[in-house]
Amino acid sequence: MQNPYLPYPVRIDDIEIATEDKSLKTFKFVFLNPADEDKFAYQAGQFAELSVPGVGEIPIGIASSPVEKGFVKFTVFKAGVVTSHLHNMKVGDIMGIRGPLGNWYPWDLLEGKNILIVGGGFAFTTLRSSIIYMLDPENRSKFGNIDVVYGARTPGMLLYKNELIEWEKRDDINMHLTIDTPAEGWNYNVGFTPPVTEQKAPQGDDDTYAIVCGPPIMIKFTLPVLEKLGYAHDHIIMSLENRMKCGFGMCGRCGIGKELVCKDGPVFTLAQINTTPREY
Amino acid sequence: MNLVKIDKKEWDSGIDALRASYRLFGPVKEKDTYSFAALDAGRTPDFSFANSRLSPKWTLFPQSEEIIHFSLDENSDDHHIMKETEKDTPPRAVFGIRPCDAKSITLLNLNFDTPEYKDPYWVKALETTTFVGLACDTPASTCFCTSVGCGPFNEDGLDILLVDMGDAYVANVLTPKGETLIKSAGWQSKSDAAADLEAKKAEAEARIVSKVSTDHLKSTEIMDLHAAPFWEDVSFACLNCGTCTYTCPTCWCFDIQDEVHGKSGKRFKNWDSCMFPLFTVHTTGHNPRGTKLQRVRQRFMHKLKYFVDKYEKGVMCVGCGRCVQQCPVNIDIRKVFDLMNSYRPEAACTVQES
Repeated sequence: MQNPYLPYPVRIDDIEIATEDKSLKTFKFVFLNPADEDKFAYQAGQFAELSVPGVGEIPIGIASSPVEKGFVKFTVFKAGVVTSHLHNMKVGDIMGIRGPLGNWYPWDLLEGKNILIVGGGFAFTTLRSSIIYMLDPENRSKFGNIDVVYGARTPGMLLYKNELIEWEKRDDINMHLTIDTPAEGWNYNVGFTPPVTEQKAPQGDDDTYAIVCGPPIMIKFTLPVLEKLGYAHDHIIMSLENRMKCGFGMCGRCGIGKELVCKDGPVFTLAQINTTPREY
Repeated sequence: MNLVKIDKKEWDSGIDALRASYRLFGPVKEKDTYSFAALDAGRTPDFSFANSRLSPKWTLFPQSEEIIHFSLDENSDDHHIMKETEKDTPPRAVFGIRPCDAKSITLLNLNFDTPEYKDPYWVKALETTTFVGLACDTPASTCFCTSVGCGPFNEDGLDILLVDMGDAYVANVLTPKGETLIKSAGWQSKSDAAADLEAKKAEAEARIVSKVSTDHLKSTEIMDLHAAPFWEDVSFACLNCGTCTYTCPTCWCFDIQDEVHGKSGKRFKNWDSCMFPLFTVHTTGHNPRGTKLQRVRQRFMHKLKYFVDKYEKGVMCVGCGRCVQQCPVNIDIRKVFDLMNSYRPEAACTVQES
């Protein structure tokens, strides 16, 4: 019987400061037992519990992509007890990962469709995983147009900046990067994510799906924009967060109505969210 | 029906015989209340109780249970590698569990043993435990099991159901585990009291006069019940003390916490409660169920609506009446049943509160 509480042992292989204010770091983990990497087979959009023995566990979206092998990556905001401890850990330290957990963006359904990705701030982790997945040479032909609107306060607060610049240069993905206020040397959009979405995103139709991840304030103002652009509620895909412990549907705290964010989610369509109590 | 007659004179010797192959648990009187405890040598179950203060769910789902251990000593080869805490799981027998509490085990099992994930600590404990139930002849005034799919002679979750016939117990042996236990105890007289049993059952059911109604819970929409106007009244007096969740045989929510002593540490599963603000608070300080109205509503909605919709096995309540008896401000789940079951939303559209 697989014990879902028991983390796979991992070693921190690399730590990268992800934003200019140093509040986010990207941790690259390598499994101590190579066979565990196969057991950890995941899809873009899933999360895992990062497990620090003696400190605790936190649910974090997987930032690496299923097409990247040999490691897993998580970008972590320093916020509470476990994440603060994690930010003080060093390369070579041993800890645990439990997962993969939750559902994922509906890749089967999304095949053959145009994809609009709208992201804000540091909620870009599973979106990065998704973009890497879709741009993989094996997968790119499975999708139509890919548009990405990604906003942050300043250029230095954008995650994965090197990759964003690489994607800007490609012609098989339309990048719409934006920052809140003008900055020297910034040649892209200026303005909050919702108005930039309104200007740059493609119209919604049956064959176009939007995946939206960001802070509540961005979500609040982006949803009306998407509606205006013609996206139906079952074509708007979101990823929810709630306080979690077990991550696999038993401990009871992350429920929104009869759905559990950890097991039935975290990915829901807006149509689904509309029929659940707003307890997230 | 496989019925065995146990003369009360053979009772203690049978219990003693079982000690060789089982760890025994049963109701014992402690101060003014009954609780389930390990029956060490010389201690026999005390059946002169209506029901115990806490349910015996802890025999499978302890209030605090070590699940993982680890070393933080960097000189040790396996430091920081988390390991499953192996459980010593000899066969165990729980005597005197009431049918309501036995039924609750079948409901808890829906949460802990699922097609996708299994809680190995729960599953192992359940596999190795034999439940010997005690039918209820004199239910309490707060018992309402018969209207929530249970009853004073209900057999769900039991391996044996004992019925007190005066100078003897009749044991209705329900499972192979039950047969093994009966044999180990040396109780072997066949009983032909099937008709008496049925009569006693009907009498006991008739004594349960407290009823709730559940017939409309399924058909009323979640969002309508969630937005119903009565939650302010229901929750007004609540102290969020959590007594209801701790005494409830069907409450399963838990927390996971680490403890470190020196260089070694353990991870525990601890009972938690949806009545506590910390249960859901985010690290940002945002709390999706930050008010007591939201928390009280969550508890009743989970038991009487979300569970009903999700599993189609009725309500997540066995009618034991503990929360009714022990709530310090007299919140009565039977009234909430009736409020929820009789609620008809006036308009078809619902407005979400933020």
